[in-house]
Amino acid sequence: MNYNWNWGIFFEQSPEGTGTYADMLLSGLMWTILTALCAWVIAFAIGSVVGVLRTLPSRAAQAVGNAYVELFRNIPLLVQMFLWYFVLPEVLPESWGTWLKQLPNAPFYTAVVCLGFFTASRVAEQVRAGIQALPRGQRMAGTALGLTTAQTYRYVLLPNAYRIILPPLTSEFLNNLKNTSVALTIGLLELTARARAMQEFSFQVFEAFTAATIIYIVINLLVVTVAGLIERRVAVPGR
Amino acid sequence: MTSSAMPPLGPVSEPQAATDAAPGTGPVGTLLTEPPPVSATGAPMITIEGISKWYGDFQVLTNCTTAIRKGEVVVVCGPSGSGKSTLIKCVNALEPFQKGQITVDGTQIANKKTNLPKLRSRVGMVFQHFELFPHLSITDNLSLAQRKVLGRGKDEAEAKGLALLERVGLKAHAHKYPGQLSGGQQQRVAIARALAMNPIVMLFDEPTSALDPEMVGEVLDVMVELAREGMTMMVVTHEMGFARKVANRVIFMDKGEIVEDAQKEEFFGSPRSERAQTFLSRILQH
Repeated sequence: MNYNWNWGIFFEQSPEGTGTYADMLLSGLMWTILTALCAWVIAFAIGSVVGVLRTLPSRAAQAVGNAYVELFRNIPLLVQMFLWYFVLPEVLPESWGTWLKQLPNAPFYTAVVCLGFFTASRVAEQVRAGIQALPRGQRMAGTALGLTTAQTYRYVLLPNAYRIILPPLTSEFLNNLKNTSVALTIGLLELTARARAMQEFSFQVFEAFTAATIIYIVINLLVVTVAGLIERRVAVPGR
Repeated sequence: MTSSAMPPLGPVSEPQAATDAAPGTGPVGTLLTEPPPVSATGAPMITIEGISKWYGDFQVLTNCTTAIRKGEVVVVCGPSGSGKSTLIKCVNALEPFQKGQITVDGTQIANKKTNLPKLRSRVGMVFQHFELFPHLSITDNLSLAQRKVLGRGKDEAEAKGLALLERVGLKAHAHKYPGQLSGGQQQRVAIARALAMNPIVMLFDEPTSALDPEMVGEVLDVMVELAREGMTMMVVTHEMGFARKVANRVIFMDKGEIVEDAQKEEFFGSPRSERAQTFLSRILQH
C-alpha cells in the first residue's frame, strides 16, 4: 500500500480558510454534541410521556402510545431524516414549506427533531418496561393513600422506574449521540461529515477517520462515566 | 385507649349474611332480621351489598354482603383464592366490581360522582408486601401523602409522622430507607403511614403473610393496640390468634362467597358450615 502518513495534517490550514483541520473536526464535534443534547431533551420528554401512556389503564391512551412507538421505531432513521428534510416541506402548505426551507441551520433543526422523535420511541419502551417492572402494589399503595394517578406517577412510579432503567437509558443516549452522524446525509456538518470533508480535501483518509473514531470513543466513554456517577448518586440506600 | 370505645355487640344480631336482601339502607335497628349485624349502637361504617366481580368469564366474587360498624374489628379468613383479598380491595375501589354497591361512611364508591382519591385518603390500607416507597426515606414515606393529598405543611406532616413512628416503636429509624429495615419494621412503618392520614377505617390485606415468623408478633401487637383504641378494622388474615384476641366478628369466605359471617365466639365455637369447619380444623391443627 502506497500511503503517505502525515499525522501533522491536523495542524495544517484547511482550504475552508476557517482554521486548521483540527479546528474543523472540533467544530464538527461541537455540532455532534449540540445535536445529541437537543435531540435527547426531546427524546426524554416525549419518550417519558409516551412510555407512561402505554402503562395507563385507559385503552385509548395505550393505543396512542403504541401507535407512536411503532411508527417511529419501525422506519429506518435514514428514511426518517429524508422524510423530515425533503418530504415534509413539500406536503405542508406552501408558505410553511418555504419558511422551513429558508430556515438558517435547517439541517440542524431537522436533525434535532428527527433524532428526538426517533429516540423518543426507544426511550418510551424503556420507560414502559421500567414502570412495568415495579411491583403492582406500588401503584396500589399510592392510589390507596389518595394520590391521584398523576401524583402516583410523579412521586412513586417514575422516580423508581427511572432508577431501574438508568443503564439501558445510558445505552440509548450513546445510540442517540452516534446516530447524529446520520444527519450528514441532510447536510449537517457534524463530526463524521467533517472527517469526510477532511479526507476529501487532504486525501489523509486514515488520519481523518482515526481522529473521528477516537473522538467518538472518548466522548462516549465520558458519557458512560457520567452515567455511572449519576447511578451511584441516585442509588437507593438498602437496595 | 380503652376497649370501651368499641360499641357493644348486639345480642340479637343475625350473623349469617343473607344473599338477597339489600341491607344497611333502612334506619339502623328497625329491621332485626336484616342481614349484616347492625347493632343499635354502632352505625355502619362500611356496607357491602351484593358485590359480584368477574375476571372475564371467571367469577371471583359472588353476591358478597356484609357490614362493618364503627369501632368493629372484623377478620376475613378463608383458603387462598377464596376472594378475600379481592373483596377488601373493592372496599377502597382498588379493584373494580361489576355488581352491587359498597358504601363507606355514607359515600357510595361505585358512584361515578364520588371523588375516589379523597375517599381513599380516609381509608387506611396495609398490604401484604408493605409497599413502602423504596426511594423515599421513612420520614418522606410518612409525609408524602399527608402533604400531597391532605395539603399539610412539611413540618406538620413530619411531626405527625414522627409521632406515629414513635407509637410503632421506630422513631430511631426515621432517617433510614425501607430497604434498610426488616420486614416487620417495614410493615409497622406501613401501618404508621396509613394512620398518618387520620383514617376512619383501616383495611389490612394479609399484613403478616410475607413476614418471617419471628416478626409476626411485633406487627400483630401494633394491630391489637389499634383495635383496643377503637379503630374500625377489616383484616384479611390467617392469624386466628389475632382473631380470637380482638375480633368482634369473623367472615369466612370460600370460592368467592361469604360462607359464614358470625360473632367470634360462635365462629370458633360452632361454625355452621362444613367448609368453615374443615378450614378451622386444618389451620388450628398445629
